[in-house]
This record gives sequence, C-alpha cells and structure tokens, in this order.
Amino acid sequence: MEQIFFYIFAIATVASAIAVISLRNPVHSAISLMVCFLQVAALFILLRSPFLAAVQVFIYVGAVVVLFLFAVMVLDLGKERFGEYLHHQRPIALVVVIGFVFVMGFTILHGSLDAQLGNYTEKALVKNTEIMGKLLFTKYVFPFEVVSLLLLIALIGAIVLAMKEKR
Amino acid sequence: MIPLSHYLLLSLVLFSIGVAGVLLRRSIIIVLMSLELIFNSINLSLVAFAHFLQSMTGRVFVVFTITVAAAEVAVGLAILVAVYRRRKTVYVEELSEMKH
Repeated sequence: MEQIFFYIFAIATVASAIAVISLRNPVHSAISLMVCFLQVAALFILLRSPFLAAVQVFIYVGAVVVLFLFAVMVLDLGKERFGEYLHHQRPIALVVVIGFVFVMGFTILHGSLDAQLGNYTEKALVKNTEIMGKLLFTKYVFPFEVVSLLLLIALIGAIVLAMKEKR
Repeated sequence: MIPLSHYLLLSLVLFSIGVAGVLLRRSIIIVLMSLELIFNSINLSLVAFAHFLQSMTGRVFVVFTITVAAAEVAVGLAILVAVYRRRKTVYVEELSEMKH
C-alpha cells in the first residue's frame, strides 16, 4: 500500500518538476511548482514527519509560490517574448546533467550505509512535533536564533531592495 | 517498506531537473523556481536519511533549510523587481556587466 502511494507521489513529483522547467508561461510554471511542493509534502508524511509536511505546505505553497505568482503578475512578464531557452549552452548543460545523474546514480545503487542507528524509532516518533519542538529550543537553540536573525535581515533587505529611489 | 535508495534516486532526479532548469532557461524567475526544486530535493534526502537512521537531526535541519529558502526567495525576488525596474529585462544573458 505504502509502495503504491510512494510511486504515485514520485511520478507526480518528477512530472511536475519537468513541467516547471519546460512550460513557456511562467504562471503555469509556478502552478506546477505548487503541485511539486504538495507531492514532496506527501512524501514527508510517508517518511513519518507530519510536522515537516505541514511546514512545507505553509511556507512553500502558502508563501513562496504566492510570492512567485506576485512577482510574475506585478512585473507583467507574460506578455514578452518569454520562454526561450539559452540556446548556446544547451549541449554543455545536457552533458553535465546526464554525467552527474550517472555518477550519482551509480553511487546510490552501489553504496552501502552502515551508520549507527539513533533512538528515535517509529514508536518514539508518535509525538513527532513535541520531540522536534523540544529539540529546537534546547539542543538547537543557537541555530534557531541565528536563523531568526537571518529572517530579519532578509526582511529588511527585501524592503530596501524593492523600495523606489527618491527623486 | 520502501528502501532508502528509492528516496535518494527520486531526490537525485529532482536535483538534476533543478540544475537543468538553472542551466537551460533564460528568464531569472524560472531559474529561481529551479533553485527551489533543488532545495526541495535536498530536503527530501535529509528527511529520508533521518528516517532510515532513526535520527532527529535531519528533520530539525530541514526546518532551518526551509527558513533559509524562504529568505532567499524574498531577497531574490526583490533583486528581480529592482533589476526589472532599471533594465526592463529578466533574461540572464542580458545581465552580464559583472562578467569580466
């Protein structure tokens, strides 16, 4: 049962990702990106991380895709001669990508993993969100604060960059 | 039970599609979307490793990655708006002043 759902989600993820980079209209690309994010959220649920799935839906689908749609529609990009690829570097790019896929695929299929298992078994992960909250505010409190500072800087930076110059 | 390699292969395919989008498309906004695809593939492999190693570190790390990705999109789209206002173009090969 789980396998069937995994393959459904995986095929939908790959199909929508290909649609993102191949569709000519940027609005359609943004919608495909939203589909891709939703499928990845479903995969997070299959990996027993419901909190991350909720965060994925809120941040990516709720904020990032809407921001992209805003940018596309505010700048009115759709009317231009849009959707042409970078013709002159296409062969090199395809060679690089295909070589990367072969090398990494070989590594994944022939590699083995023998690391020590942690103590968060499936039974312990029933309280997934609670464990994650406790970890965020005890063991990982320093990165948490750094990331909050980074968000503040990004907020100010975005406002300054998008502000109109006076005069 | 789905083996770990399936998740890693899916993540690899997503990553490669993202890299192909960055290298092939002309408009910056599609390049930014491809960057988001790359972020997503990395998140997926982090959570898969955390699940199969029964660890919590990867899951916590994904929260930070998502935050950084959101900040990156906000700043990137602000730069895009500023560039478009000044240059009236969003094509990467027309924005090459800093190349040399």
